[in-house]
Amino acid sequence: MSDDEDEIILADMPDEELVPQMHDDLYDGMAEEIKEGVNILLGRGWTPYRVLTEGLVEGMRIVGIDFRDGILFVPEVLLAANAMKAGMAILKPLLAETGAPRLGNMVIGTVKGDIHDIGKNLVTMMMEGAGFEVRDLGINNSVESYIGALNEGDIDILGMSALLTTTMPYMKVVIDTMVEQGMRDDYIVLVGGAPLNEEFGRAIGADAYCRDAAVAVETAKEFMAKKHNRMGAGA
Amino acid sequence: MSEKLLKLLDRQGWVLADGATGTNLFNMGLQAGDPPEFWNVDKPELIEKLYRGAVDAGSDLFLTNSFGSNASRLKLHNAQGRVRELSMAAAGIAREVADSQSRTVIVAGSMGPTGEIMGEVGTLTHEVAVEMFEEQAAALIEGGADVLWVETISAPEEMAAAAEAIRNVGASWCGTMSFDTAGRTMMGVTSADMVKFIDGLDYQPLGFGANCGTGASDLLRTVLGFVEAGAKLPIIAKGNAGIPKYVHGHIHYDGTPELMADYAVLARNCGARIIGGCCGTTPEHLVKMREVLDAQPIGETPTLEEIVAKLGDFSSANDGTGDNVAKRRETRRRGGR
Repeated sequence: MSDDEDEIILADMPDEELVPQMHDDLYDGMAEEIKEGVNILLGRGWTPYRVLTEGLVEGMRIVGIDFRDGILFVPEVLLAANAMKAGMAILKPLLAETGAPRLGNMVIGTVKGDIHDIGKNLVTMMMEGAGFEVRDLGINNSVESYIGALNEGDIDILGMSALLTTTMPYMKVVIDTMVEQGMRDDYIVLVGGAPLNEEFGRAIGADAYCRDAAVAVETAKEFMAKKHNRMGAGA
Repeated sequence: MSEKLLKLLDRQGWVLADGATGTNLFNMGLQAGDPPEFWNVDKPELIEKLYRGAVDAGSDLFLTNSFGSNASRLKLHNAQGRVRELSMAAAGIAREVADSQSRTVIVAGSMGPTGEIMGEVGTLTHEVAVEMFEEQAAALIEGGADVLWVETISAPEEMAAAAEAIRNVGASWCGTMSFDTAGRTMMGVTSADMVKFIDGLDYQPLGFGANCGTGASDLLRTVLGFVEAGAKLPIIAKGNAGIPKYVHGHIHYDGTPELMADYAVLARNCGARIIGGCCGTTPEHLVKMREVLDAQPIGETPTLEEIVAKLGDFSSANDGTGDNVAKRRETRRRGGR
């Protein structure tokens, strides 16, 4: 099937064929093709938000499923995320203009002493793709760095990542400090990274452990829905 | 230098490696987020204690405290200029401990990943990676390491860069990858892929295998995968002592010394010849492992069911080898794979 690559002309495809083709192109990590697809849909009068959700987010959801199920691995997902990012670069300014709905705000970073940001970057891109606003603090974050970012306001979720057994305990230091400062319950705290597990997440006082970026998105959505329900009930 | 390990393997048939470095240093008071390598200079007495813990427990080979002493990782602590100093100190203390023994004890210079991504989607080039590894490798050898030990790698490109760096230094080496994602490395490498990759290297290691990853059972499934794929070199098994849990303010691995003893015997029966632990493996575990490896003869290759019965469940249904593996979706441009 791959030999009819030459015959794929995105601009000639009707919407109902173009959108699944874009999902395929995300799956294959093809940034140029994604940019082209995004521009074609915008040119056909689609709203930026519709292009984002039906074109990109749905495509990344499929990538996320196969990542979760051990069919795709980090290199393929990074390529897909790069393609997504290329599409997002076109949509972002338009989305800001049109005031597209946001699911929530997140601060994310790798903990002190840890240089690994592959998983964290994946979470960032997939969360953005799902409609969250994410502030990425990068690697090697101290308690002060996390709390400073949270205090800058209007944050719903804190995400912490660690890839080493020697750095993962630092997550507890951050959560303990949040408790001391009486701010722990104001945030949804999600943790992730290769050496972690669910029990570890519970023991250090996180709201959830997310085993990969796809699970992180689902978990964040669930917690945000619960939060809204609570707020609704309290009103 | 390299003959030492081969001679010992020849004489004993197998070699007991060491246990954890990072998690054992935590037990000595290392704070989360601090680089363990600073202690090579700041607290050499504790690093000596760490090494002696393994040697006194019966390890034939132990790794130096230099996992993160490459420029990329040290940069995090603004110490990228201390690669040589910290690596030499790690190996120097180790050399003294090894030489104080009446039996042969091998010093293996640990070299962990850079933490950066190589290849199509990454930022680290092959040339820069080789340069970084070479700086660390040369210092470890100069400090007194017998063999270099490239560990916890997930990308073949990175291990290839390390191999080239080590060839430039003229040292011998062993290499292990961490199979932590559905039985593969984070980058999707299966046990069979690794055998093929090692086979294709110009500069061959003395041995290769798996370390860290998830639990001890997963690691043995990987070892069986190496054998199945026709591995020719001695196989290394360095598995974690169970799964990490947070107890009373520190990380505790739930694998008992008895479990690790079972793991050691099973690892050897699976075909591994260099057997040790990784995270959570303390001298207490190593004592038990030595005891059973000395006492028991090599037995039959265990089945996956026998591994699960003794060490607990696998973390994923399969490990990406064999026929029963889910394939990527068919796409119009690239097709299925």
